[in-house]
Amino acid sequence: MLAFGAVLSLLAAGFAQDVLFQTHAWVVFFALALSTIYVLRKVDFAGDAAPVDKSGYFDDPIRAGVILTTFWGVVGFLIGVIAALQLAFPVLNIEPYLNFGRLRPLHTSAVIFAFGGTALITSSLYVVQRTTSARLISDGLTQFVFWGYQLFILMAATGYLLGITQGREYAEPEWYVDLWLTIVWVGYLILFMGTLFKRKEPHIYVANWFYLAFIFTIALLHVVNNLAMPVSPFSIKSYSAFAGVQDALTQWWYGHNAVGFFLTAGFLGMMYYFMPKQAERPVYSYRLSIIHFWSLIFMYIWAGPHHLHYTALPDWAQTLGMVFSIMLWMPSWGGMINGLMTLSGAWDKLRTDPIIRMMVIAVAFYGMSTFEGPMMSIKAVNGLSHYTDWTIGHVHSGALGWVGMISFGMIYFLVPRLWGRDRLYSMRMVNWHFWLATLGIVVYAAVMWVSGITQGLMWREYDAEGFLVYSFAETVAALKPYYILRAVGGAMYLVGGLVMAYNVYMTIKGKTRNEKPIAVAHVATAQPAE
Amino acid sequence: MSKKEIDEISGVETTGHEWDGIKELNTPMPRWWLWTFYGTIVWAVIYCILYPAIPLINGATPGILGYSSRAELAQNVAAADEAKQEFVSQINDMEVGAVLDNSDLTRFAVAGGESAYKVYCSQCHGAGAEGAVGFPNLNDDEWIWGGTIDEIYATISHGVRYEADDDTRVGEMPAFGEFWERDQVRATAHYVASLSGDEHDEAYLEEGKTLFEENCTACHGEDAGGIAELGAPSLNDAIWLYGGGVEAISAQINNPQHGAMPAWQERLGDATVKQLAVYVHSLGGGQ
Repeated sequence: MLAFGAVLSLLAAGFAQDVLFQTHAWVVFFALALSTIYVLRKVDFAGDAAPVDKSGYFDDPIRAGVILTTFWGVVGFLIGVIAALQLAFPVLNIEPYLNFGRLRPLHTSAVIFAFGGTALITSSLYVVQRTTSARLISDGLTQFVFWGYQLFILMAATGYLLGITQGREYAEPEWYVDLWLTIVWVGYLILFMGTLFKRKEPHIYVANWFYLAFIFTIALLHVVNNLAMPVSPFSIKSYSAFAGVQDALTQWWYGHNAVGFFLTAGFLGMMYYFMPKQAERPVYSYRLSIIHFWSLIFMYIWAGPHHLHYTALPDWAQTLGMVFSIMLWMPSWGGMINGLMTLSGAWDKLRTDPIIRMMVIAVAFYGMSTFEGPMMSIKAVNGLSHYTDWTIGHVHSGALGWVGMISFGMIYFLVPRLWGRDRLYSMRMVNWHFWLATLGIVVYAAVMWVSGITQGLMWREYDAEGFLVYSFAETVAALKPYYILRAVGGAMYLVGGLVMAYNVYMTIKGKTRNEKPIAVAHVATAQPAE
Repeated sequence: MSKKEIDEISGVETTGHEWDGIKELNTPMPRWWLWTFYGTIVWAVIYCILYPAIPLINGATPGILGYSSRAELAQNVAAADEAKQEFVSQINDMEVGAVLDNSDLTRFAVAGGESAYKVYCSQCHGAGAEGAVGFPNLNDDEWIWGGTIDEIYATISHGVRYEADDDTRVGEMPAFGEFWERDQVRATAHYVASLSGDEHDEAYLEEGKTLFEENCTACHGEDAGGIAELGAPSLNDAIWLYGGGVEAISAQINNPQHGAMPAWQERLGDATVKQLAVYVHSLGGGQ
């Protein structure tokens, strides 16, 4: 299969009608050829090895997934810090491959799809096996889905640097990469649903509802948003099926639900498994989980038009986007309540367990940004916030605070279990990571609020005679200090990520750090009142 | 499975389900959560009644407030225009020079001119009108095409070397490199540099002075002070459009660069161009 794919990509390189397509085909060829060699070297042609034990859970790709999640996280944060510095110091733009225009989508996609996507696939495959007491339906399909998705990441990332884009937010890869992802994603859906079908538990756990909603809806969003006609089967260029405001709405219907179903529903699935496990407490409310699940997925899908307030989009559609965003507030908070209240009876663990602390701060940031989001969708607020750094701050309090922190919690939970270690290399380093990341987010978000509101107010300021006061360039100049501080916040978050990578590496190697345990003395003296 | 039990810590019954050790409490939904949720739904319904909301075959329900974002924009723009109308119509009806005689109008024109300057002019002339190589500084008192309010107004209106405008400013210096020896170019450049006390070689001065007087004074003036009617800049004030120093001056004599500026009259309208002229005139060098 791999070799066949390699030959196909070689042919594609030969027939290519433009240089970029040719380059990209070569990238695929080398990736597939190297994988073929690797797999062939592992194949046991003699057939005398012991048969693979198929009774347990299938965790090989999950181990790879934990490592790759960590890797992509660090890469994504690093590119983010570089992009932030480029905004503050334009001299850092290196033309043409490493300019801001190409690094920025590389950053967003590296964080959302490489880091977030790998975290979701990895954790969902782990969780679905544990909560159904069933092995994944097919080892081969699992490998295909996992590594196929990594190939998609490679294609997307190299595409950005080469300047290949169809210009759609969070969906920049061109038609052939989109087709490949569609195939992988359908495989993922079959794998996940198949495993649910053969479950040995009578009920489907709430985490799996969220994962399934995520997988299913992303398939739908991805396919519709990327409907396009390629210029030729051997060219990178394609034209979207939509035009004008319809195109914009399709784009933001997709874009907002990438947030809703990728970064919210998927990670809520993660939260619903790892938080009760780590806290060793039952989930707070089953009823709340049902109601907030259905209301969340029903309402999220309509909220996209709030990205197009005060545009050519008809007023009725703007209204629709806004009212559904407001109604989304409580369904979103349902997840926060269920996460936080699951800790009731285990609050003391906040003092002793930095992993729980990480998860709690994740849920707290989730709650904050899902309040901020509906607020920003109100047209009066949006008139000030839209197109400013406030939006960037909002996204990052969600991405760094919620998505990042819950994923870190997941990684710290999984590493000792997957590699059979008693504990992590160092809990104190987890604590360091927690504080670096939290302070980094706080700096980042606070700075972006100030800068965004400054920007919004400067754009709309009129003088007594009725003329605009500031030119655009003046507003940019005013933001420079905030841009530098933003890079500082991001760098703290990056350093936290590096601390985690080191901790994960040492844990996998089987080392433990000789260190004082956290806050044991306090536990003895200050028991909770109840 | 399906064994309901009472959780010791919270005293709440579980649902009896268990997955990988995870149980669920059957806690009722928090009341405040539920009522806030209902509240947002009621709010949404009310909003949809008041504002355009439900799509129909042709258009959508208008909402009982009859709101339209396009109408709102048109209203705001009209109100802003209305507020400026008194001043703008006065400025439209008078010669640009007369604006300076009325302090209210001048104040208005400087504010409006500054605002327009930031949008249309700052890209080339700089945010502080400080200029750049090839783009004149507008704060000083050297004016290539004249620094009176009328001349500034004419320059902004019709642009410089802007082919689409018949009244555009045109002036072109010959490329002396085509018919002079290198030595002649260099000698003249040293002489021109000496006029503003710039670094130069005395040995070239005599030849340079002769060449200058024979070839350059017709446009740049007997005293090298420039002639605005021809767009020939002053060469004795150490203000250089394409850089000072013998090297840059030689290059300009050899094969001169000629900058261009668009004509703004048609694009921005007379009132705005007049405001721009007043603003630029007010920057410090206006004559």
